[in-house]
Amino acid sequence: MDKLLKLLRTNARLSNAELAVMLGKTEDEIKNTIAELERTGVIKGYSTVFDEDVVSKDYVRAIIELKVTPKAQVGYDDIARHIAQYPEVESIYLVSGGYDLSVTLRCRSLKEVSDYVAQRLATIDGVVSTTTHFFLQKYKESGIMLISEEADERIMQ
Amino acid sequence: MDYSKILSKKAVGLKPSGIRKYFDIAAKLDNVISLGIGEPDFKTPWAVRREAIKALERGKTVYTANAGLIALRKQISEYTRERTGVEYDPDGEIIVTVGGSEAIDLTVRALVEPGDEVIIPEPSFVCYKPIVELTGGVPVVIDTKEEDRFKLRAEALKEKITDRTKLLILPYPNNPTGAVMIKEDLEPIAELLSGTDIMVLTDEIYSELTYGLKHFSVISLPNMKERTVYVNGFSKAFAMTGWRLGYMCAPKEIIKQAVKIHQFGIMSSPTVSQYAAIEALRSCEEDVANMVDEYDMRRRLLVDAFNRLGLNCFMPEGAFYVFPCIKSTGLTSDEFCERLLYSKRVAVVPGTAFGESGEGYVRVSYAYSREHLKTAVEKIGEFLEELKSGDR
Repeated sequence: MDKLLKLLRTNARLSNAELAVMLGKTEDEIKNTIAELERTGVIKGYSTVFDEDVVSKDYVRAIIELKVTPKAQVGYDDIARHIAQYPEVESIYLVSGGYDLSVTLRCRSLKEVSDYVAQRLATIDGVVSTTTHFFLQKYKESGIMLISEEADERIMQ
Repeated sequence: MDYSKILSKKAVGLKPSGIRKYFDIAAKLDNVISLGIGEPDFKTPWAVRREAIKALERGKTVYTANAGLIALRKQISEYTRERTGVEYDPDGEIIVTVGGSEAIDLTVRALVEPGDEVIIPEPSFVCYKPIVELTGGVPVVIDTKEEDRFKLRAEALKEKITDRTKLLILPYPNNPTGAVMIKEDLEPIAELLSGTDIMVLTDEIYSELTYGLKHFSVISLPNMKERTVYVNGFSKAFAMTGWRLGYMCAPKEIIKQAVKIHQFGIMSSPTVSQYAAIEALRSCEEDVANMVDEYDMRRRLLVDAFNRLGLNCFMPEGAFYVFPCIKSTGLTSDEFCERLLYSKRVAVVPGTAFGESGEGYVRVSYAYSREHLKTAVEKIGEFLEELKSGDR
């Protein structure tokens, strides 16, 4: 992957000056490249990875495996687009294997997840079945470790 | 017992590594931010670790051939040929050693007679001098200079060559300066040596860690294979320091002697490590490239940061150290390091640990995360500010 994007992916707050030094470019070159990546839609947005448990315990995350019957002409896109519009949906992917769509939900309670699945997802025309997996513990996200790393055991010699 | 009468004078005469001293001080202090480590902060690529686990599962726990697994030697031969264009016979011209350090030791012991002179460019890694002294050889130091980007110059070499010169050590890419030697730097040296019986030990342990240019080995020059011992290893390129595995490639006559010494002192290099190392050479090019990219960014960050702080810092092209000049502070390297360590809890290594010509410099390792480096640089900035206001 492009070195600039790789850096931004793990830390979008690096300043243009820092990026310029690390990549051996000028600040202006970095500024223009990022502007271009944003304009052409390569960069879709910037987010923050943080330990949500510290801030609040009042949320539940789940992955829903959906089996669907693709529609004529539009395939899976129509159903995926429909599901993607709900604010509870954090991500949605078409995947290979035993099911078709993988949907990540973030809700306030177990009840909210089950209501959402039962009332919103299962009722969509073309959805054949759903399987819900609740998240128990998060270890790594967007390439960033959320658990503390081991101590540095190296010694000077 | 009076051990002073019992111990070998040569052993007693060896000075401990100048790096170690700072580790001992740092170990007594709390919350030290170290920039002193000389090994990668990356973990060994997973593919290599998996091979080691497999080897253990299959019960690969016995000695290997003294020279190392033939499969590994074949892989080393192939890998070296791809990078240097020089062919070494896996059967007789290669030995797998316990780190690059053992390969250096074997080379010196196989070649150096008491009284023979060994030319060592400095600043350089701490082991060459003591190993030469243990064999009764005489280390002859050449001081390299920042004006020359810490490269060895043929004119300086010419001045030190005598009838007793047996061996020239070429420690590039260099620890601690980060200097590299390109083809044009090596050619006049090869020319100077041609027609003599002087051998070369080229320690290329950092050969994979160069930035903005491909490493060039002295063995790639015409007629250099016959007078060169090529030392490399897995520690730096593949982040495999703890596996203790290196290798040397050289003419058959030299390897034959080295294998004998290795056989009596070591027997064979760690078996599990050898199986894993085959995988390192075979499939880890991308892992190495990713590590190189990360080191490169850290290198640029540090050079920029030190120059901003007013500590003139030359842009190293290899290894994972920067070597800023601290002469502007008016302190010696030792004073600088000690005061920085006590007042700001930041550990760097004085240039003098790598030879007298390192005076006025400190070695800063960037085998650390960027966040860690940033914190350390801020502390060094505070230290310099306090030094200035203290002078007033």
